[in-house]
Amino acid sequence: MSVHQRRLDLKNGCVDLSHGAGGRAMAQLISGLFHEAFGNEWLARGNDQSAFDVAAGRMVMTTDGYVVSPLFFPGGNIGTLAVHGTVNDIAMAGAVPLYLSASFIIEEGFRFADLKRIADAMGEAAREAGIAIITGDTKVVERGKADGVFISTAGVGVLPKGLDLSADKARPGDRVLLSGSLGDHGVAIMSKRQNLTFDTEIVSDSASLHGLVAQMVAAGGHGIRLMRDPTRGGLAATMNEIAQQSNLGFRLQEEAIPVKPAVAAACELLGLDPLHVANEGKLVAVVAPEVAGAVLAAMRAHPLGRDAADIGEAVSDDHRFVQMATSFGGGRIVDWLSGEQLPRIC
Amino acid sequence: MKYADEFRDKELAIGLARAIRAKADPARAYRFMEFCGGHTHAIARYGLEDMLPENVRMIHGPGCPVCVLPAGRIDMAIALAERPEVILCVYGDLMRVPGSRGSSLLKAKARGADIRMVYSTLDAIALAEQNLAREVVFFAIGFETTTPPTAVMIRAAEKKQLANFSVFCNHVLTPPAMRAILDSDTPIEIDGFVGPAHVSTVIGTEPYAPFARDDRKPVVIAGFEPLDMMQAILMLIEQVNDGRHQVENQYRRAVNGSGNQRAIREVTEIFELRDQFEWRGLGSIPSSALKLRPAFAHLDAELRFAMRELVVADNPACECPAILRGLKKPVDCKLFGTACTPETPIGSCMVSSEGACAAHWTYGRFRDHQRRLAS
Repeated sequence: MSVHQRRLDLKNGCVDLSHGAGGRAMAQLISGLFHEAFGNEWLARGNDQSAFDVAAGRMVMTTDGYVVSPLFFPGGNIGTLAVHGTVNDIAMAGAVPLYLSASFIIEEGFRFADLKRIADAMGEAAREAGIAIITGDTKVVERGKADGVFISTAGVGVLPKGLDLSADKARPGDRVLLSGSLGDHGVAIMSKRQNLTFDTEIVSDSASLHGLVAQMVAAGGHGIRLMRDPTRGGLAATMNEIAQQSNLGFRLQEEAIPVKPAVAAACELLGLDPLHVANEGKLVAVVAPEVAGAVLAAMRAHPLGRDAADIGEAVSDDHRFVQMATSFGGGRIVDWLSGEQLPRIC
Repeated sequence: MKYADEFRDKELAIGLARAIRAKADPARAYRFMEFCGGHTHAIARYGLEDMLPENVRMIHGPGCPVCVLPAGRIDMAIALAERPEVILCVYGDLMRVPGSRGSSLLKAKARGADIRMVYSTLDAIALAEQNLAREVVFFAIGFETTTPPTAVMIRAAEKKQLANFSVFCNHVLTPPAMRAILDSDTPIEIDGFVGPAHVSTVIGTEPYAPFARDDRKPVVIAGFEPLDMMQAILMLIEQVNDGRHQVENQYRRAVNGSGNQRAIREVTEIFELRDQFEWRGLGSIPSSALKLRPAFAHLDAELRFAMRELVVADNPACECPAILRGLKKPVDCKLFGTACTPETPIGSCMVSSEGACAAHWTYGRFRDHQRRLAS
């Protein structure tokens, strides 16, 4: 750039309305902060869009918005969440994620240092996942019109040939596999909420799951009926969604469902059911019984599936109830969360 | 989880279930009312019904303070929150409680009323200190368990000389509600009570003596864990079998005879009885609720804002009054699961997860279909 400009004061400076106005200040923010953080050949070309080659076959596309509060939490921040969440939505189709877009709505007065922390973490999460953030957008709104920063992402990925995961493929007798312990993300967020602060060693489980998914697909192939990541509304919401779509009921075993003692204790204190608490690095798979053992072994062999468990089975049930044998010895329904447990968890 | 898992042990539960089966006389029915919503929730959450014989039936009582709060008090709170100077502080589970004509605090908040969810009474004090130009009102609700924290808050407001703070008091009392159920016009068949857990940590076991002595009903104070419930049910069966009617204390790890004297003293110094108070599902009950004493009148939101008492009739199709008295079951109500669900509650029993209908809907409704199939 030939025109002389003062460098962005990344230590003490903050975003003002000029950073969203389309002028030099905005160009400087994009090149000095976002390109720096996401660093890839597509962004370096500086176009309003990015072109990329596509393989023959089927693609998946997804989009998501992130408004989590607080922006920084144990185990991640809004930026890592945006990458992991979008990667996982692609991965739940069994697809290989390729590219992401990222759109930022920033509140006037937001500190460059915080924005840089978020963007750097996003870049890092993308590199770890083997994907690239290849296009984006920046808007600035007046103070009070947003809460720091909101991020919207879109993502595309490619499906392995012939793979078509969908809830309507589940059959009675199928097994339900869960990749690890429930509630870590929700409890980590709650522990940092302004009026709820409590001490816990729990960190968010936020992570990209496509590596785990690839191993599962390799082990189970077409025996995998569907996968879901139990985010907002927790495992309970996910199982009820699957029950509705598949026209089946489910029988879960409470004893088989992993919950960390610290998460169980926090839920006890706050009057929550861990089955309703959000996760950002877990998946549920419904698989044919004949491949369940192999898929479970593949999950346990991956670091993100170490605590994977077979937690129940699909049954034929016109009422599409998700039932659970409690560890106490009785039975109950696992229902949708009613109302809002905690707003802005992701 | 220490101090919780011990009371949820499956092996002990199986042993207690066996003992209950052995002691329960197949020739008679046992109908016990668990007063508290905490008990109702434990029964549903852990599937206790599956572990009891057919002739031992639990009747879910009115001990959920959110559930029994009448629509009129919600309407009063909404009117208060709509005043531009007011910040209304409430516990989260109050937000969806229905007022009249489909209103709720949640909807009032969406329309612009400044309603804040707080997790403790001291959060409300902090809000008052941070917003000196506004009027901060705490929506106080609950049985004897939550009254002492309100008392602590009132003392703190006095000490800090907060001029912009007041309390909308809706505290209610357990023994008058039990009395109202036993004295109701429709005869009720209850063979004994599972007495309150947390309430009794404050008031002790003595206030239940008249129910055992005068009404000849066994009372067993029990904790909220599932093993507490199972043991209390066994103790009640034994009392019935022996023809005894005593107040027994299963929850000895937390409850004593005379209660928490310091809490009782604080509450007595700050609050006095109301002549009457409306309960959703039970109607007006004399001497069943508290208000601030005249010495604390300056902290009473009802006086400060000249709030008008609103009374709203319960939905006539709602069977909550009969369900709360054990005369009907949730499935006997035409509204259950149709117009009335946890998302759109109409009656008190559906309002909070501790209500009889909500607990049955959320955790137990599969049994209705099992029964239908079996018959």
